[in-house]
Amino acid sequence: MSHLESSVQSLHPAPEGASKQMETTDQIRITTPEKVCGMGHRMKRKEDPRFIRGQGHYVDDVKLPGMLYMDIVRSPYAHAKILNIDASEALATPGVLAVITGKDLKDAGNLHWMPTLMSDTQMVLPIDKVVYFAQEVCAVVATERYIAADAIEKVNVEYEPLPAVVDPFEALKDEVIVRDDKEKKTNHVWHWEAGDKEATDKVFGEAATVVKQSMHLPRIHVASIETCGMVANYDPTMGKMQLYMTTQAPHAIRTVFALVSGLPEHKIQVISPDIGGGFGGKVPVYPGYVVCAVASLVTGKPVKWIEDRSENLQADSFARDYHITAEMAADAKGKITGLRVKTLADNGAADAAANPSKFPAGMYSICTGSYDMKAAHVEVDGVYTTKPPGGVAYRCSFRVTEAVHMVERMTDILAHELGEDPADFRVKNFIKPEQFPYKSPTGWEYDSGNYDAALAKAMDIIGYRELRKEQAEKRARGELMGIGICSFTEVVGAGPSRDFDILGIKMFDSAEIRIHPTGKAIARFGTKSQGQGHETTYAQIIAEELGIPAADVEIEEGDTDTAPYGLGTYASRSTPTAGAAGAMAARKIKAKARKIAAHLLEVGEDDLEWSVDRWQVKGSPDQHKTIQDIAFAAYTNHPQGMEAGLEATDYYDPPNLTFPFGSYIAVVDVDSGTGEVKVRRFVAVDDCGNIINPLVVEGQIHGGLTQGLAPALFEEIVYDENGQNLTGTFADYLVPTAVESPKWETAHTITPSPHHPLGAKGVGESPTVGAPPAIANAVVDALWHLGVRHVDIPITPQKIWKLLRDAGVSD
Amino acid sequence: MIPGEFEYHAPSTVEDAVSLLDTLGDEAKVLAGGHSLVPAMRFRLAQPRHLVDINRIAGLSYVREEDGHLVIGALTRESELEHSSLVAGRYPLLADAGRVIADPLVRNRGTVGGNLAHADPANDHPAVMLAYGATLVARGPGGERVIPVDDFFVGLFESALKPNELLVEIRIPSPGAGSGGAYRKLERKVGDYAISAAAVQLTMDGSMCTAARIALTNVSPVPMRANAAEAEILGEEPTEDAIEAAGRAAAAECDPSADLRGSEEYKRDITRVLVKRAIRAAVTRAQGGA
Amino acid sequence: MSSRHGITVTVNGAQVTREVDARTLLVHFLREDLSLTGTHIGCDTTSCGACTVHLDGVAVKSCTVFAVQADGANVDTVEGLADGATLHPLQEGFWEKHGLQCGYCTPGMLMAAKELLARNPDPTEEEIRFGISGNLCRCTGYNKIVEAIQYAAQKLREAGEEAHA
Repeated sequence: MSHLESSVQSLHPAPEGASKQMETTDQIRITTPEKVCGMGHRMKRKEDPRFIRGQGHYVDDVKLPGMLYMDIVRSPYAHAKILNIDASEALATPGVLAVITGKDLKDAGNLHWMPTLMSDTQMVLPIDKVVYFAQEVCAVVATERYIAADAIEKVNVEYEPLPAVVDPFEALKDEVIVRDDKEKKTNHVWHWEAGDKEATDKVFGEAATVVKQSMHLPRIHVASIETCGMVANYDPTMGKMQLYMTTQAPHAIRTVFALVSGLPEHKIQVISPDIGGGFGGKVPVYPGYVVCAVASLVTGKPVKWIEDRSENLQADSFARDYHITAEMAADAKGKITGLRVKTLADNGAADAAANPSKFPAGMYSICTGSYDMKAAHVEVDGVYTTKPPGGVAYRCSFRVTEAVHMVERMTDILAHELGEDPADFRVKNFIKPEQFPYKSPTGWEYDSGNYDAALAKAMDIIGYRELRKEQAEKRARGELMGIGICSFTEVVGAGPSRDFDILGIKMFDSAEIRIHPTGKAIARFGTKSQGQGHETTYAQIIAEELGIPAADVEIEEGDTDTAPYGLGTYASRSTPTAGAAGAMAARKIKAKARKIAAHLLEVGEDDLEWSVDRWQVKGSPDQHKTIQDIAFAAYTNHPQGMEAGLEATDYYDPPNLTFPFGSYIAVVDVDSGTGEVKVRRFVAVDDCGNIINPLVVEGQIHGGLTQGLAPALFEEIVYDENGQNLTGTFADYLVPTAVESPKWETAHTITPSPHHPLGAKGVGESPTVGAPPAIANAVVDALWHLGVRHVDIPITPQKIWKLLRDAGVSD
Repeated sequence: MIPGEFEYHAPSTVEDAVSLLDTLGDEAKVLAGGHSLVPAMRFRLAQPRHLVDINRIAGLSYVREEDGHLVIGALTRESELEHSSLVAGRYPLLADAGRVIADPLVRNRGTVGGNLAHADPANDHPAVMLAYGATLVARGPGGERVIPVDDFFVGLFESALKPNELLVEIRIPSPGAGSGGAYRKLERKVGDYAISAAAVQLTMDGSMCTAARIALTNVSPVPMRANAAEAEILGEEPTEDAIEAAGRAAAAECDPSADLRGSEEYKRDITRVLVKRAIRAAVTRAQGGA
Repeated sequence: MSSRHGITVTVNGAQVTREVDARTLLVHFLREDLSLTGTHIGCDTTSCGACTVHLDGVAVKSCTVFAVQADGANVDTVEGLADGATLHPLQEGFWEKHGLQCGYCTPGMLMAAKELLARNPDPTEEEIRFGISGNLCRCTGYNKIVEAIQYAAQKLREAGEEAHA
């Protein structure tokens, strides 16, 4: 893992032609008529008819003849030796066919361990010891779901408890070694840094003001309403393994399965059917998947495994769990000059983070955010603890949420410390529109941005100056009200393949378009929607490029036997990568269509120009061939010497990431009696470049905002000192309802990406990134006059109550 | 999460139910709304050998006034209380609670009797009924037994009901002139059990409080009256000072334990705040305010 | 052993008779015995509402009711919401207003909303939010679900007025 230990990244500049400043507008670009429904149209989603009728097809809906059911025995200890597994009583139960243990997997070809995406290793099933609470210990296969559930109660496992190590700072003492399978007997896994340490120290030495704050972004869980599961269907006759599974990245998973199991890759078909929410939680390979596949191999029958909610919350990958200490420096004029950050990353029992392989802390070094500063240096250390391995994104691009939370909290603290209005202070320190493309002190090249415009719009919508007056009046009366701002910069769309890969597989993505003779089309992509609406937005991209009505374009994803190879959907990468591939494939088709049109119209290609859905003769648009005419000709009357048909494939390797941004403003009221925080208003102005479908983009932003509200005020995975998960059900893991979630007010500015073929950027995760610091800043803003400088999320009533009572405020 | 195996019984009369309970003894559990029992069975925290489903017994679901009481059939669904205009108009304490018990779908199934008979200090009806001074009617092999609510809760998840008795009715004394009540609950999110909650029912004669009962939710192992808090306002004018004193008394006499909902100290102080807010609201209502 | 029970249930208007274990949950009966997979499972604690169906016209969480308890009852699921090719106004509203993303919570939301509008044909936004507070959605942030229900409420009111006219 030498490449993990230390790497200072330097991202290459964007290619020529991309280095231009983009204009900002409020106007959504629409170039096609309603009937074509290209980009910018509020098209109703094409996938919805099946969902609103209950005809969606999720993994648990798959029912195959002779299907068996698997259930998993899990560890009641966070850390324990396994002395014995006695399955005799379970095996004696009528209907129970097999009990699969770690030893069985070892005998089957060392399948008891598997690689993680970060080149670490993780147990599939243990032989000697367990290293987290609810760890998979063995699995029961039975003829019925209910019998399997009964049988797991009858497996008697003898444990010898070992001390748990729950706190990563304790873990660093190496008194309890989590991974004694490793050569190096230490819980310290990796060290990683970015930026220029020397330059940063110099800036801090010269600073007029330095603020310092420690903060913890606790463990949270994506908690998609559909849990994880699989139906493994091994056909011994043909030697083919079909895996219906809840995965966001079917192709990469197929390759991993091939490498781990030794089954030939062409005999593995991964099918990701409708997915009931992913948010990063369905990127990793969990032990249950592997065991389920083995169960089908062993029995020669289809085997279904569906997690229950507790298994999902207790054992599946977490997000966050970063312990951060940050310092921010400013000069005498109140200009931010530098940022210095040290971070401890609690990996749990394996580094199973879903990050690009060379980035153990993901995109965390984006942490200078929207602010122009001279220098920054960021360090992260990864640590093992006896907790489930992770972490995944929880709807964010590889640790950018942690980065943004930190920099937005620090900016707010600095503004308050200097007595400056947090909005004015941000404007003073923003990277200015004319500075794009902007090279950040940690090596990123931001493609485009106009931070002033987004913040000005948010302030205008919410009535920022009036709210400040209201706050002053209320404060005089002893009422607690706060206004919080977050002006975030996201980094999405991994990625340029020279920098980004997963287990060596480059992070391109793909599209394949086939136009049928009658001018209708099917397109397949390497990504996989989990609710993002790809069946609609991808169709609109093709409609935009080719003029074929979006309604006439069928979109397919998720079946590795038919879709082109891609890296999947997470980290807001679908539009930046696969969406771009769709546009590029369409352009290839358009180029061939031009040749056919020239042939049909008996003119030279150079005499033709494109208009919405046709090639027409320049200066005489009556002479034209529509894409439908051309498609028919491609199969019936194509030029001699040209291949028949009209289809194209594109593997798109983006020249850079995209950098969506936005400004969010939250208004909160704090109950001085109970400590409750109520989000009274929340305005979100997002800029994701050109918008493909405004309806879908709004939905993405609303959903992300509620998923930002959730960790800000409610959600946390809590362990006791023995490593037992105390929040293993929806009764205690507090997913917000429609009541907690405020009525979100959203708006946009549009600053296109200079390098994306459609000028678009990713958007699904911006709100999850931007909302928590806006809310946290608002709460601290409400309490600053009482001496409160910071409060860790989730901001529970009890935390506020304590701060208030300590400040002598009561009811 | 699959429940363990059991035998299912669906009697159609109270007599048959009581007779089954009498025969099956400790091995049987009564299934009413099932919204505490079924999840416990799915987690195999409860593994009864027999379930006696009382949902098919006719005549156990009603809300009406009779002989100076609001009488509620034990099988009355929470949603029936929630949408009862009688309750909304005359029993504001009960109406307050009816809106904050679990969520609308759970209220469609959950029953008033089940909420009480489960004797869970986290449930909302125990404090409400303690504040109203309700009586509970049980039927056993020997006939009917009327249990004052003050004698009903005897331990954690333990009521005065015998294994062969079925709770059939709850009787709330109809409040007289100058009465008012309120329920104030703090929850982590909508539908949650209370961090703490206060139920207050009182009577005002002019500016004087002539009757007061206060009870608390989820801050003691057994649902509890806040006697000391009551004493601070009973026979007094409920001034802000008296209300503060009542809040402090409740904070001192409750017995919360630390858990995910908060520390003991937090729960005590929140109880103080909620008791005060409930008293203020009850006084306002008693004096004809909303 | 669990006791076995013959049950007859009218599901979406059609009567079915089956034998079930006492412990068979209604949601499993619907999904596995009747292959009505529109009703989903999202938790074990009666928290998420993905399994919401109507039992004799009342919205309940079918993971917390035993199938045997539905003997003799009417059960309505999302599959019975549309009238053939004609969508229920709620289905129309969810489609029109983008009230769903992954679709997993949608059947439960639709069934909870149907009852909400039956009780209260003209709910305020706050009443809608409390009315669906037994149903978790992880994708939409709820704004557009509220709009979808408002859309359906208006359509249903208009239809009611027409019927009276």
